[in-house]
Amino acid sequence: MSEQAVAVAPAAHARQHRPWLLLLGDTWRQTRTKLGVTLVVLLVGTAVIGPLFAPFAPEESVKIAGQFILPFAAPSDAATLGTDNLGRDVLSRFLWGGRSVLALSALATVFGAVLGIAIGLVAAYSRGFLDDLLMRGMDVILAFPQLVFALVVVATVGPKLWLLVLAVGITTMPRVARVTRGAAVEVVERDFVRAAESLGESKRKILFFEILPNITSPLVVEASLRLTFNIAVIAALSFLGFGLQPPAADWGLMINENRQGLLAGQPWGVLLPVAAIGLLTIGTSLIGDGFARAAIGIQRGKAAA
Amino acid sequence: MPGLLAEGPAPLLPDPTRPRRARFLRGIGGFIVRRLLLGLLTLFVASLLIFTATQALPGDAARSILGRTATPASLAALREQLGLKKPVVEQYTDWIGGVFRGDLGTSLAAGLPVTSLIGERIKYSGFLMLVAAIISVPLAVLIGAVSARRRDGPFDHVMSTITLALAALPEFVVAIALGVIFSTTVFHFLPSVGLYEPGVAPWRYPRELVLPTLTLIIAVTPYIARIMRASMVEILESDYVEMARLKGLSERLVLWRHAVPNGIAPTFQVIAINLAYLAGGIVVVESVFKYPGIGAGFVDAVSSRDMPVVQAYALLIAGLYVVLNLLADVATILVSPRLRTSLK
Repeated sequence: MSEQAVAVAPAAHARQHRPWLLLLGDTWRQTRTKLGVTLVVLLVGTAVIGPLFAPFAPEESVKIAGQFILPFAAPSDAATLGTDNLGRDVLSRFLWGGRSVLALSALATVFGAVLGIAIGLVAAYSRGFLDDLLMRGMDVILAFPQLVFALVVVATVGPKLWLLVLAVGITTMPRVARVTRGAAVEVVERDFVRAAESLGESKRKILFFEILPNITSPLVVEASLRLTFNIAVIAALSFLGFGLQPPAADWGLMINENRQGLLAGQPWGVLLPVAAIGLLTIGTSLIGDGFARAAIGIQRGKAAA
Repeated sequence: MPGLLAEGPAPLLPDPTRPRRARFLRGIGGFIVRRLLLGLLTLFVASLLIFTATQALPGDAARSILGRTATPASLAALREQLGLKKPVVEQYTDWIGGVFRGDLGTSLAAGLPVTSLIGERIKYSGFLMLVAAIISVPLAVLIGAVSARRRDGPFDHVMSTITLALAALPEFVVAIALGVIFSTTVFHFLPSVGLYEPGVAPWRYPRELVLPTLTLIIAVTPYIARIMRASMVEILESDYVEMARLKGLSERLVLWRHAVPNGIAPTFQVIAINLAYLAGGIVVVESVFKYPGIGAGFVDAVSSRDMPVVQAYALLIAGLYVVLNLLADVATILVSPRLRTSLK
């Protein structure tokens, strides 16, 4: 009992001064968030510092006594988890191959979220014609599944990395804009916004310093959801051959290159990247779910966790 | 914001503009006409977007298709074929006029009319999506309703964890994992990729269909189940459910006769969005399993930069999305007793 009483007092304090600290605290207290953070840290760690531990360079072929090893060789002393479709070390390529997926999906999410938040705020604040125009415009982009939109652009310009970030970011934008607008519409009506207006605050200041801080929880939830989806889209694009080009090491590309290995009895080149991408998206999704639960205060002690 | 922050991943596309709809409504007929017009407008702007992205972008489409090594003669021929010499507006009206006449242009790679290339593929994809939808929608409604009924019980907790994990997984991860389990590494009783003959109906390949269908079901069911659960939790606490219980109706009757029909209504939006999402999901799933539908055809067209085919698929998928959303809106109105009466 006394433990709970101690926990409530600072929480009440935080509610008044730093609502997002309370959100973070409630989020972190759930087992699912801790599990999600563990998964994400593990995989981001693998991607970022993994290359330091890789026994081979990403594009280097494995040799024993000057002889090249065959493709899809079984695990051996020379290659811990065997070789891939071109006789390269599977483990090394796995350790090198995570950076691109992570960097591209993170960039695309940030880019799309910034645009979406700006558009959603402007739409909610201005109402009327501009609101309708902006949100109908967003609906048009929503008529394309993210992957299809990205593929149309790739077909025109070619598989460029900046283009993937741009395309996935643009398809993230309308989804974030809808959530932002939906949350901001209520805040716009409140008295402190009127007060800021009558003080002659600039529109930009009202949008970003009065309204935005009050809609952080739905935005954080949406952002983590978008990140989960964007990892999937970016990985799928590179799996389909429209991301990094061979001979680069990349998880999505690796899966595609080594599918023949499944039939040849060398599954590691597929299993490692598939597991990594799967666990990463489960991790980000668990964190997002933790935020969502904390945000609506449905955390029911240990039972919910 | 209860809709947005509903337990679990937020609904994919909450519609914050929905309450405003009431102002424009003049009965169910007027509502449907209004949605139809809005859908057509969306589709028109989407076609402009596709056209701009594929043909009117700065730069030379012919050169980007043929590459740097193209000869001036072949470039000129392709420009002529694509109609690139005409003014941009005329290029667009030519294209969209063709769409209305059922002429989608000629495939650059195959040299055949695009319509003849995609007809068979539409049949294959349509069948795949239909089977996946027929299985996953009732399954999801069942899971969601039972989870809400036995809220916080073991079934609810297990399902909540499973649906959260499965919803997070990209389709190609699911597809590859199923392939590893059922056809290559662990067991060997299903084909990993199908060998399909042209002109044979898709339902003649039941074994080949198992894994693609299963992948799509796993991709779609978790979302619908989670939204259904959230919506049912709310409804089971409502006054009229309490009323039905107090009348002495059996719990089963209360759930399926009184609560589920109302709980399904908000789910229709999510079902429609997810079925439209299937249209995106088939791109990956068909590519993994070499299933000859529009998804695999689209990826092939993107690889070979066969722009008329890319345009046709993109428009087809956008059209599918608009139609599904329209159907969802209409179905929501028809199934939900409260909305239905307010429109009369």
